[in-house]
Parts: sequence; structure tokens; C-alpha cells
Amino acid sequence: MTKSDLIDHLTRVQLHLSPRDIESSVNSILEHMSQSLIEGDRIEIRGFGSIGLRYRAPRLGRNPKTGAAVHVDAKYVPHFKPGRMLRERVNHGLSGASQLVTSEKPTTG
Amino acid sequence: MTVTKADLANTLYEQLGLNKREAKELVELFFEKIRESLERGESVKLSGFGGFSVRDKRSRPGRNPKTGEEVAVSPRRVVTYKASQKVKAKIASNNDSKYRPDGTAIRS
Repeated sequence: MTKSDLIDHLTRVQLHLSPRDIESSVNSILEHMSQSLIEGDRIEIRGFGSIGLRYRAPRLGRNPKTGAAVHVDAKYVPHFKPGRMLRERVNHGLSGASQLVTSEKPTTG
Repeated sequence: MTVTKADLANTLYEQLGLNKREAKELVELFFEKIRESLERGESVKLSGFGGFSVRDKRSRPGRNPKTGEEVAVSPRRVVTYKASQKVKAKIASNNDSKYRPDGTAIRS
């Protein structure tokens, strides 16, 4: 699913807003989230997950082509931790913990 | 500061003039549509922000951290996030000042 697919889906379920408002809204949500991470703030969405920054210490790396040692600076990288609802819905039927969910909704095919 | 659904809804209210109820509903649906896609096993690519994809993990040996007893971790499907090049690069450069001179992080 791409951003434009997501906008299409939202246009179909969201009856009160124009497609144009929905498109601007999706862009605005993504822009807000990107900007927050860039400024060092974390994002926490109940039922979906959180994205925070993790510190990576400086290290000596290698250029994989030439094998030459290169210094890699310390940096922050984003890290996503799925929320409970997302974890369970994505994993349904695959682990013992969520077999209850599977038995409630028998799968077909 | 942590960004929440309420903050995102508030942006839509302030920037785009959606009413508060519409804004809240749209933010909720935004994440629900992403969950639905991932639930079907389909990855989600949001240009400029990054992508969420699902990965199947095989069973692996693990331990109960309390008792130290060995238990198998069941096979599972998990969601991973990969930030876009743009976001990744800006996070790295914008947070430079958050290191002490010796290179250790000021925040953890």
C-alpha cells in the first residue's frame, strides 16, 4: 500500500471530507511525524506503536567495496516498537498467544 | 515532548481547519488503514516518511528471563519500520548537538 492507496481508502470511508482535504491531512500527519523525529521527539500512538530515537556509538566501519577502514560518527537512528493491538492483529494465527483471536474468526480458503 | 494522536488531530484542526471531531476521526482511520494493510501481510510505503513491512520470524530458542529456563520462542509475524533516506539523514544531522564533546549521548 502506498500513500496514494491510503488516501484512496480514506476517501472511501470518510464521507464528510473532500478528497483534497484528506490528501492534505495525510501529508500533514506524515510531515508532523517526520519533523518530530528530526527534532528528537518521539511518537507514541496507542494501539499502533511508538517510534523513538536510539543512540549509536561511533565505530570503525569498513567500506564494503574496498575493505578500507572508515570512521562512522555517533548518530541517532529511529526505532519502531509495535503496539500491542498491531502486534496481535498482524501475528494472529501464528503464535499460541493469539490463537483465541483465530478461533473467533474462522479463516476461509 | 511526545507526539500523540491528539497532537496530530490538533495540527489538522489548526492547519487545515478540520473540525475537532473530523480531525480526531481521520487520525484514527489513518492508523487503522495502515494496521489493516499490515494485517493482510501487505507492506505500507509512505513516501517521505518511510515504510512499514511484515516479516516472518522462525521459531528460535529463548529463555524465561525470570527463571533462566530454556523455552522455544514460537514462530511469529512482526512489523518493522524503515525510515526514508530523507528522515534518516535529517535525524542524524539535526541531533549532532546532542552529543557531548567526548561523543557520548546527552540523552539516552
